[in-house]
Amino acid sequence: MDLRVLWFVLLGVLLSGYAILDGFDLGVGILHLGARNDEERRIFLNSIGPLWDGNEVWLVTFGGALFAAFPDAYATAFSAFYLAFMLLLFALIFRAVSMEFRSKREWAWWRRGWDVAFSAASFVAALLFGMAVGDSMLGIPIGANHEYAGGFFNLLRPYALLVGALNVSLFALHGAIYLNMKTHGELQRRVRRWMWHAFGIFLTLYMFTTIVTLAEVPRALGNFQRMPWLWALVGVNVLALANIPRSLFLRRPGQAFASSAAAIAALIALFGAALYPNLIASSLNPAWSLTVANASSSAKTLRIMAIIAACGMPFVLSYTAVIYWIFRGKVELGKLSY
Amino acid sequence: MHFNVVALSRLQFALTVMFHYLFPPLSIGLGALMVIMEGAYHWTGDKEWETLARFWTKIFAANFAMGVASGIVMEFEFGTNWATYSRFVGDIFGSALAAEGIFAFFLESGFLSVLVFGWDRVSKRMHFVSTCLVALGALFSAVWIIVANSWQQTPAGYVLVSHNGIMRAQITNFWAVVFNPSSVQRLVHTVLGAYMMGAAFVASVSAYYVLKGRHGSLARKSLALSVIFGALAAFAIPVSGDSQAREVARYQPAKLAAFEGLYKTQADASLTLFGIPDDARQELRAAVGVPGLLSFLVHGKTSAPVTGLDAFAADDRPPVAACYILFHAMVVLGIVLAALFGFSLWRLRGGKLYEDKWLLKGLIGSVLLALLANQIGWCAAEVGRQPWIVYGLLRTKDAVSQAVPANDVLTSIILFSIIYAMLAAVWLYIIDEKIKRGPEEEPGAQSHERGWLQAAGQLANPSGGKLSEGEERA
Repeated sequence: MDLRVLWFVLLGVLLSGYAILDGFDLGVGILHLGARNDEERRIFLNSIGPLWDGNEVWLVTFGGALFAAFPDAYATAFSAFYLAFMLLLFALIFRAVSMEFRSKREWAWWRRGWDVAFSAASFVAALLFGMAVGDSMLGIPIGANHEYAGGFFNLLRPYALLVGALNVSLFALHGAIYLNMKTHGELQRRVRRWMWHAFGIFLTLYMFTTIVTLAEVPRALGNFQRMPWLWALVGVNVLALANIPRSLFLRRPGQAFASSAAAIAALIALFGAALYPNLIASSLNPAWSLTVANASSSAKTLRIMAIIAACGMPFVLSYTAVIYWIFRGKVELGKLSY
Repeated sequence: MHFNVVALSRLQFALTVMFHYLFPPLSIGLGALMVIMEGAYHWTGDKEWETLARFWTKIFAANFAMGVASGIVMEFEFGTNWATYSRFVGDIFGSALAAEGIFAFFLESGFLSVLVFGWDRVSKRMHFVSTCLVALGALFSAVWIIVANSWQQTPAGYVLVSHNGIMRAQITNFWAVVFNPSSVQRLVHTVLGAYMMGAAFVASVSAYYVLKGRHGSLARKSLALSVIFGALAAFAIPVSGDSQAREVARYQPAKLAAFEGLYKTQADASLTLFGIPDDARQELRAAVGVPGLLSFLVHGKTSAPVTGLDAFAADDRPPVAACYILFHAMVVLGIVLAALFGFSLWRLRGGKLYEDKWLLKGLIGSVLLALLANQIGWCAAEVGRQPWIVYGLLRTKDAVSQAVPANDVLTSIILFSIIYAMLAAVWLYIIDEKIKRGPEEEPGAQSHERGWLQAAGQLANPSGGKLSEGEERA
């Protein structure tokens, strides 16, 4: 396979890893203010406490891999979305420190303040990730020199906001499914109720987004016509989504989580299939788009990176599995907890 | 008002990277000390080492969270503010960043959770292995980011190629990139600096406990370990610094000339202890130094000529005054730390360290000296590379994002300043409270008691009053 295509796919894999793993802890953050008292909020925080940091590394690695494999796309996208990225950075900073700081003091105003910061930051991060996907689907004004030729408000389009909202509901759903595994008793019953609400909102937005995408972004279907087997991704996506309520009825919380994870992976694969071969589509002139071919690093760098990934990722996956195994089961608050 | 995107982007990068760099050296240094403490517990079975390891792990975790939060900013900033630079170096620099993520960050952040939350969940052995892996991860991250930075200082293993009509550097030899002329020297010096930072931090807190008569043998153990470790680092630093300076003289002669305020190429060049660089007159005024010593240190004989700034065009020279002051401040701080830790080691051997109040006070203040030395040392390295962002290949002024207006950068600088100031205040407060409470979780964690932080602050500021028992400061 062409190394550039390989790296396009691997970036998708890294993004999926990020969205699945950080997706549930962002989702827990979005739902955080729904917890009724301090103990419940601490259960929420501690359900993700040992894991969120490792989850975020998937984003760092995705960023590094994009920089290395497609430097032009990295440079154009990050400088184009300057203020949006700054906002995202502030959200990620607040998420990290609010978890660390919140439970260090007993004062009600202190905990309340960090709770709000944590939840708002999670919401903003999820919204911005979704908007970035929406803007990428539509394309942004890129000039002949591969530089962004728009302003901040060119990014605040209704379609981008719609995909942003879709992502918030998806992560909230994913987070609720995760919390279902980590809580028990009355809190778990409430979490299940939220899960159904999130599922309803997500399905509505999902159908709406699908219709708008087909109408507004005809380019998205090009690859599906050339490569009909891509329709299988749609099948996987629909089956995974349908399996969420099924496994909940069958009382298999782990399977429900696996299903929402598969649905997220399938959505990102569909996003990649719609985008390819573009990394950033120019809305001014298709010839000015940044593509897998014109934005990539040299073949030698791509090969070196493939070797680095092949050496490193088996370790990463195996010890990620070990750590999730160590912290399996319901949350119990103890002396070491947040 | 008119603002310049280059100046603003440089200011923002300096602000965010200096804030970030408050945390990683402590992670690296503290990580190594935690391995020793937990290892000591593992082999001797002495419960006090476990208590210490648990205590320092908590501080490590709070520090690590800040490092992660401020570190992700750095990775994004290459793209947001330095897009032209990113296009130029992506083929080389990006692989190092990606390798850092895959080899270092996953290791660190994954096993940190076992360290912090896993005391009762995993076996003693597994916990110790996790501590080692976290310390190793911290070291790996230093390796890859320093490889990337060193390549900017002394590029190697690349070829310049036109890509989409713009020149960029492409890799020709991966190992030549990794082992570029300055990477090993810089890595050794940086890691030693980080060990010094960790040792000074532990020594500072432990000396504070000893002085206060708290935590008895726990505090003394911790102090003895940090003094030994710190002294070893402090003695190794000048050795590594000397060999690094010779490398700089060879590969970045303009930087060395600026560090030493050497305007004219000359034989018998002197190593100055003091001087006032004067660009207008092209000379170092009021210089106090040892003639011939610089020539001797660089070339091994006093008669050898050392390249001065006059060998470079005016717009290829780094800002001399800033380089001279930063470099000399770093050297002075290094000497003071080596003297302080060397003397402490001697007193420790004589069994007098724990009674020597003045020395304990000096050790309490040493954390700020180490922090400053680390910050100033990096500033010297980076300012000394100017006007280049990639030495000899790409100028800093040509490297910024073309799509980002000055006002956007100004906005983000203001927001970063506010948020970072607030975070720093909260972080210091949390750390200070943890330290006041101490390793034994004493129930009477009196928040009215004057804390470690205040003690350190006063000692670093001679006019801030003297340290005495129970004294309150308004």
